Amino acid sequence: MAQSFPEDVLEHVFSFLNYDKDRNAVSLVCKSWYEIERLCRRRIFIGNCYAVSSEIVIRRFPDVRAVELKGKPHFADFNLVPEGWGGYVYPWIVSLARAYPWLEEIKLKRMVVTDESLELISKSFKNYKVLVLLSCEGFTTDGLASIAANCRNLRELDLGESEVEDLSGHWLSHFPDNCTSLVSLNISCLGSEVSFCALERLVARCPNLKTLRLNRAVPLEKLPNLLCRAPQLVELGTGAYSAEIQSDIFSNLAEAFLGCKQLKGLSGFWDVVPAYLPAMYSVCSRITSLNLSYATAQNPDLVHFVSQCSNLQRLWVLDYIEDTGLEALAASCKDLHELRVFPSDPFDAEANVSLTEQGLVAVSEGCPKLQSVLYFCRQMSNAALVAIARNRPNMIRFRLCIIEPRAPDYLTLEPLDTGFGAIVENCKELRRLSMSGLLTDRVFEYIGTHAKKLEMLSIAFAGDSDSGLHHVLSGCESLRKLEIRDCPFGDKALLANATKLETMRSLWMSSCSVSFGACKLLGQKMPRLNVEVINERGLPDSRPESCPVEKLYVYRTIAGPRVDMPGFVWTMDEHVSSRLSRVTERRGD
Amino acid sequence: MAHENELNLKATELRLGLPGTDESEDMVSTAKNNKRASPESLEDSGSEANSAAKSGDHETSSASKTQIVGWPPVRSYRKNNLQSKKAESETGMYVKVSMDGAPYLRKVDLKVYNGYPELLVALENMFKLSIGEYSEREGYEGSEYAPAYEDKDGDLMLVGDVPWDMFMSSCKRLRIMRGSEAKGLGCAV
Repeated sequence: MAQSFPEDVLEHVFSFLNYDKDRNAVSLVCKSWYEIERLCRRRIFIGNCYAVSSEIVIRRFPDVRAVELKGKPHFADFNLVPEGWGGYVYPWIVSLARAYPWLEEIKLKRMVVTDESLELISKSFKNYKVLVLLSCEGFTTDGLASIAANCRNLRELDLGESEVEDLSGHWLSHFPDNCTSLVSLNISCLGSEVSFCALERLVARCPNLKTLRLNRAVPLEKLPNLLCRAPQLVELGTGAYSAEIQSDIFSNLAEAFLGCKQLKGLSGFWDVVPAYLPAMYSVCSRITSLNLSYATAQNPDLVHFVSQCSNLQRLWVLDYIEDTGLEALAASCKDLHELRVFPSDPFDAEANVSLTEQGLVAVSEGCPKLQSVLYFCRQMSNAALVAIARNRPNMIRFRLCIIEPRAPDYLTLEPLDTGFGAIVENCKELRRLSMSGLLTDRVFEYIGTHAKKLEMLSIAFAGDSDSGLHHVLSGCESLRKLEIRDCPFGDKALLANATKLETMRSLWMSSCSVSFGACKLLGQKMPRLNVEVINERGLPDSRPESCPVEKLYVYRTIAGPRVDMPGFVWTMDEHVSSRLSRVTERRGD
Repeated sequence: MAHENELNLKATELRLGLPGTDESEDMVSTAKNNKRASPESLEDSGSEANSAAKSGDHETSSASKTQIVGWPPVRSYRKNNLQSKKAESETGMYVKVSMDGAPYLRKVDLKVYNGYPELLVALENMFKLSIGEYSEREGYEGSEYAPAYEDKDGDLMLVGDVPWDMFMSSCKRLRIMRGSEAKGLGCAV
């Protein structure tokens, strides 16, 4: 049956398949489908840059237009991955430059990107369009200048929340006068001031600009100049949202916002002066996405502004919103899909705001479409979690961070096993879960039993024994990413579930009880896993086999052990026993 | 940079072993020991953990609670963005530095430094003295001078105990003490 369709018909049919899962499925049907599919795949997503080599990718897919790569493990966001660990994109860029002259898009997350890489990108591709750098580091504004200067048809430049060495704001002026193609520009992570004239002219000559996220240095008084030149904006990130209280600044701002009829998303709001929030009231009813997580405004200004946005779908906000604000949100924003509440003072043991579990319960009650939650708070109860689970069986992402590690149910002083158990039992579509508070092995039993669609699980300061880890690894059928810190999980569960690890993207374990010996065994048993041990203190002197590793990162790969590891990272494979015995040599490194 | 390495080691130190052999008085290990209570007495272990948390509040300053690397899980980008506002508005980055025996004080801009090593080198140069290596247990044991600072609560603290960001936002003034006087500051509570 497959052979009865000519190739170009199949190719045309396949062109409607955009999801990797579908394309992968199609390529497994038969050899000819595999061949046709690989020749027409245009987008590649590589969730772990060390899982595959560029050579393998290029050999299979000869004509790719868009590449997405992820480097460091997620816990790198919280400084758990030491400097120099890896995730270098340069070798990839070199290969891609050689193989895909028509490459248009590169999206990178948690990778080390150098100015050299950026320059190579800017000069290697004839029709380069999209550069997205999320949580990346290693480059300076000089690299950005190359991109601006050389990419004639640049559509999207998104610097995400990258760490950029800001040498000067001059790079923006490198966009040539005939560059009119920008659709999306996000420079919010940059510290220094870009030339406002250059920015104004750039915005004015790009009629398709839909997303503009400014950096803090762009003053509020100048915002109207940009808005007037880009009334078609759909997403706006303001600069610092503060100025002296002057009526002309306010009226200019209000008038400019009035002209933005397409605006759906707002972000920025650094140093917010609440008196200027009403200037945006004219757009509030159309706003679906609001990121106030850098806005240090408090109630009532804060809640009053948020309540104006009746069509809100996504809200990111600081805990200044408090329980009262969340109750108001629950009453006015019935379309809410996603809520993230960040801590304004994460290191203070005492609560500085009145935000408790009540706020989250209220939102779970009032917002029927709520499916994605990230919530930082200082107290939680099983009763609240059970209520949330019962209210929102449609929950897909649930990340709860109770600031104090191992904090029990504040009402009963019990562990929060029952509460999280209710979450996984009721929310059958749950794909991502982060837990905190006092948790025993029991919660992992619930998770293994019920969380069948769970893809990513984050655990910290939880569990009593290996059986906790065993429940998760043996029960969670859809698990792709597991990250664990400071839990008493050791060798037994890991080794008993070795084959499970090949079905996952990666496993991270830090400050647990896994021994060097077990890692070695795992590496030897599973040749298609890279079992990487991170030990900043070097290899152990005495009794190396039983000594616990500081950090362990295990991931499946078809590229073999990596060759760019720093001195404190070892791949545990069959060669490692000789390395362990040459310990005295190593310690000289 | 010896100081940096020491701080990193402390952060990655595994606190395993039988109860009683654990010497660190960090919050984490205290709670961990309580957690090893048998599952049957969940209520007990819960309340133990809670009282450990409470006594932790009184015994250790809030500063030591934040010594857990990467907890709470807030990205540095976010921390820095909120921090710089608070730091500028509450404490100011220029702090006075006094040295025992010196006729006049100096001022340093904390923002200029990326971390403890740089700050200490700058102080060493400014006052022409040597400060030596930091260790969690011994402080600056054996050095001629030890750096201390006055925090938001007015307490005299040893430089180097808390993460740099935390130090920046809580440091009101610096004081370089003679090593002999600084002995008391060197021990964790």
